[in-house]
Amino acid sequence: MSKSFSPKVITANALIEGDVIYLAEDDAWVRDLASAEVLTDEAIAQVRLLDAQSRASEAVGVYLADVAPSEEGPQPTHFREEFRRTGPSNYFHGKQAGA
Amino acid sequence: MYHYNDFDAAFVAERNRQFRDQVERRISGALTEDEFKPLRLMNGLYLQLHAYMLRVAVPYGTLNGAQMRQLALLAEKWDKGYGHFTTRQNIQYNWPELRDIPDMLDALAEVGMHAIQTSGNTIRNVTADHFAGAAADELADPRPVAELLRQWSTDHPEFQFLPRKFKIAVSGSVNDRAVVKAHDIGIEIVEKNGVQGYRVLVGGGLGRTPMIGKVLSDFVPQEDLLPFVEATVSVWNLLGRRDNKYKARIKITVHEHGIDEIRALVETRFAETRAAFNGAHLALFDEIAAQFRPPAFRNAPEDAFERAYEADPVFRAWADSNLSEHRAPGYAIAQISLKAHGATPGDASAGQMRVMADIAERFGHDELRVSHEQNIVLPHVHKSDLPEIHAILRAHGLGTANIGKISDIIACPGMDYCALATARSIPIAQEIATRFDELKIENDIGELKIKISGCINACGHHHVGHIGILGLDRAGVENYQITLGGDATQTAALGERTGPGFPAEEVVPAIERIVQAYMEQRESPEETFLQTYRRLGMAPFKVALYGEDAGKRARAA
Repeated sequence: MSKSFSPKVITANALIEGDVIYLAEDDAWVRDLASAEVLTDEAIAQVRLLDAQSRASEAVGVYLADVAPSEEGPQPTHFREEFRRTGPSNYFHGKQAGA
Repeated sequence: MYHYNDFDAAFVAERNRQFRDQVERRISGALTEDEFKPLRLMNGLYLQLHAYMLRVAVPYGTLNGAQMRQLALLAEKWDKGYGHFTTRQNIQYNWPELRDIPDMLDALAEVGMHAIQTSGNTIRNVTADHFAGAAADELADPRPVAELLRQWSTDHPEFQFLPRKFKIAVSGSVNDRAVVKAHDIGIEIVEKNGVQGYRVLVGGGLGRTPMIGKVLSDFVPQEDLLPFVEATVSVWNLLGRRDNKYKARIKITVHEHGIDEIRALVETRFAETRAAFNGAHLALFDEIAAQFRPPAFRNAPEDAFERAYEADPVFRAWADSNLSEHRAPGYAIAQISLKAHGATPGDASAGQMRVMADIAERFGHDELRVSHEQNIVLPHVHKSDLPEIHAILRAHGLGTANIGKISDIIACPGMDYCALATARSIPIAQEIATRFDELKIENDIGELKIKISGCINACGHHHVGHIGILGLDRAGVENYQITLGGDATQTAALGERTGPGFPAEEVVPAIERIVQAYMEQRESPEETFLQTYRRLGMAPFKVALYGEDAGKRARAA
């Protein structure tokens, strides 16, 4: 039996602004993890990743990040992804400061 | 200090024009990220966790008031109002947007600055003693040779695609303030029979495989330095391990081949490079050196300093910790601490940058330095001006009196910004500084250098901290290893691990226990932490950290 596939989102940095973006179900890049599409099927995730990586003039460094689904939308499972969706801890800058 | 000639200005303008075009082509989709990445890295542009980061070179850490003011402008106009001074004497901007980078680079060029070779597999910004040209203990100013190396290495056609990055540091004093033994090449100005030359060390470095540099040559004459350094880099360029980026630095090459074989190869290559140099570099060196003549120091009474020192305890505390001995009578070297307790080490706001620029212009012969310890230096100030300078600094949150103390912490950006980091560094530094400020024992502790890195790459120099802290990811949780006994000076040493690491919330208590053990064990308040550690070894600190059993095992070992 293969290991079960943990849920994932597709994430990257925006080409122009450099900030963290996530792929939504409608193929739009969104700034908020809560609006990201959660992928639970590995085959679908890989195809979605390939398609996202081909959008080179919009996104840089596209990859799949683990999440835990919740009622408030997907939550990071690793502290690195928590920092990426929040911003630095020494200043109220980045995503936590709002768009 | 060095001023761009027409060639420098034209070169930087042309590079900026090329990069502007490259950015436009990336945005239009004509260049892929794989094509663009090496180009942006050659121009100091990284993509980090939350945004792009632009690393601007401050060659050998020297800048004037106009340059500092321009750095403030960049911070305000294209960033979030601040900049971060780094352990490579550079400044980093954490929030620029890609489309603005070409304008930022053009603004830098207006004051003779750039971001070239602050990244990528090239010879990086050449660093030097931040007291260069001012220190009482100096044999010669290291900056003319650092500038010569900068010009030689910039766009050097043979060295644009090296196996890995390459860092050179220069010191002109027996007291090493430039960490020369932890550089790919470390250069020390020495004298032999009354003639000035250079001791060249090779293969030092920190990172995942820390090494202390080894002597490649005890004495390289002035006229041979460039061909000798070129021969060294050239030997490594061929031998270096391009198959594995973790084994590509010259320290690994020297370790694998041995210093004797490397020396023989360098000598052979040196015969060729020496013949190829036609002497133009000697004329150039003289031209450069003429631009580093000392300023016109003035003779003035020091009464104002003495009066303030006697009358004002706050000034006295600052003078005691932040001033160093200057070579000129009546002068001092003053360090401006960018380590206010609880603040981010190395950060300065645009307003603070302007204040420092003003002070340099009014009182400091228009010179500032960035230290690798992430502070700013006023290298030439007359003592009579210090009370006024101190008052201005205090009014702008720049008067912290903690140079060389436990809160004067080096910290890399860590996972708050850096894409490579495995844990955060900045909050650990903030918490340690805040805690020891509360305890009010900082002055009693005396000289103690804490250095924190947020990953194994060791930008925070943790291996050479008296207390080093390394942040790692242990099963998805931040965990911090502690090392003791590191030393970044002429008596360089790598710290030794205390034992198992600590979760983030236990780091400050652990540091407190180490400091407590030191204060109990020291023979007198004059014996520094490092001296006590060298006298007693790890055992009492292991007991303090992990209990009596661990200490027994350490003593038995």
